[in-house]
Amino acid sequence: MNPLAHIGRAVLHLLAEIGRLALFLRDALVIGLLPRYYPRQLLVQMLRMGYHSLPVIGLTAFFTGGVLALQIYIGSSRFNAENLVSSIVALGIARELGPVLAGLMMAGRVSAAIAAEIGTMKVTEQLDALRTLATHPMKYLVGPRLLAGVITLPLLVLVADIIGIMGGFVVGTQKLGFNAGSYLANTVNFLKLEDVTSGLIKAAVFGFIIALMGCYHGFHSRGGAQGVGRATTNAVVSASILILAANYVLTATLFAD
Amino acid sequence: MQTPAGQGDAASGIHISVRGLKKRFGPKVVLDGVDLDVRRRSSLVIIGGSGTGKSVLIKCIIGLLAADSGEIVIDGEDTARLQGRAREALMAKFGMLFQGAALFDSLPVWENVAFGLIQGRGMARRKAREVALEKLAQVGLPEQVADLYPAELSGGMQKRVGLARAIAHEPEIILFDEPTTGLDPIMAAVIDELIVRTVRQVGATAITITHDMNSVRRIADEVAMIHQGRIIWHGPVERLENSGNAYVDQFIHGRAEGPIRMAVRR
Repeated sequence: MNPLAHIGRAVLHLLAEIGRLALFLRDALVIGLLPRYYPRQLLVQMLRMGYHSLPVIGLTAFFTGGVLALQIYIGSSRFNAENLVSSIVALGIARELGPVLAGLMMAGRVSAAIAAEIGTMKVTEQLDALRTLATHPMKYLVGPRLLAGVITLPLLVLVADIIGIMGGFVVGTQKLGFNAGSYLANTVNFLKLEDVTSGLIKAAVFGFIIALMGCYHGFHSRGGAQGVGRATTNAVVSASILILAANYVLTATLFAD
Repeated sequence: MQTPAGQGDAASGIHISVRGLKKRFGPKVVLDGVDLDVRRRSSLVIIGGSGTGKSVLIKCIIGLLAADSGEIVIDGEDTARLQGRAREALMAKFGMLFQGAALFDSLPVWENVAFGLIQGRGMARRKAREVALEKLAQVGLPEQVADLYPAELSGGMQKRVGLARAIAHEPEIILFDEPTTGLDPIMAAVIDELIVRTVRQVGATAITITHDMNSVRRIADEVAMIHQGRIIWHGPVERLENSGNAYVDQFIHGRAEGPIRMAVRR
């Protein structure tokens, strides 16, 4: 087969996908986020995304904080700078690992669930049924999920920050022999408010990406069970990649000074 | 047949009038100029093989798909290009029973039935539940079913719930997408009878698509046959047996030989 045609087709395919996503995003913002609202749906989604993700997020953060303390201890002991451990753990968790790891875990958990649910609704004609009952799927399904993502992910990241720093604290005091009081004092004195807020702003963006990718791939799934499976995979992969890319862009443009 | 097709829009006249309706998906032309009149309070059944555009036609009529060109006149108003609020307002005139019932599996049965009332019309939940129970009784389902989830019901029961949901807001036009597909013959007869009875009770105009000929004879006042994106025959059900149309004859008798060739691909 002609390799040029192959490349051309792939490029066209990519452009078409970007166009579809842009149109979907426009509809989601214009139709989905304007009245009327479905507060009950918003509440349900926030519970599902937020409350039910707490164990996953907590465990992720705890182990990450712990391992961070171990690694930084190894690195800093080479410069006889072991007392930096607590500050760097706090900084790393709040600015970077809290939002990114929580985002990635939620991409796996929430994007996949949204894509599978909406995808199944699509292939079983439930989306059409919604419209025949004078309910716009963008308002009823997409709007609440996007809002829930933007609201709950920062809350989850706040929890992840606290538990992650706690993980570092436990490892630091129990295994590395730090004094509990000075470890905490170092953490609190060194950490700035901006470190935490920049992480929370990132989290809100990630929450939007997670919900958007789940909804988009769900809406565009077709062809029965296989199609839904593919939509789920695509949602997780694209949400994860977009989170990592957005993380770099946000850090480089807004929080790099 | 008091009113000849294409004339008048009085109470007993034409409810839905489709003119020159075209719809294509990419290079594939699905509807190629459909002309169709549906009389008010009549029951029209559209027959035709798989992939001939039956589903696309009713989805265009209800507005789930946008037509490429042509008119869909409902109550004297061309609805083919309505969007946004106006489209939502028009939806209130319609009820639809989907092929797989398309019940919302995250909601209990009664909320499925009351969905259009609660979400679409803002009715209080308590009141909507009462209406839902009433509609469930109308399709022969006891009150105990109301709090079950769709996955706990058999196929026939799901169809009944779907019917109750379609009639809950007392629509003027009810569309049935292959209502008996996947049901055993007895359950199919029960559902057909239920459709005839409820449509009459609600006083609605009904359009059904099916390829179940038993169903056609039980439900239809009129029959239209679609083939290659056009209506090739339209007449009262009594004339179905001697339509004088070779395509219709082949279809209703289920013969492999005849003018219709099966397409392999959709």
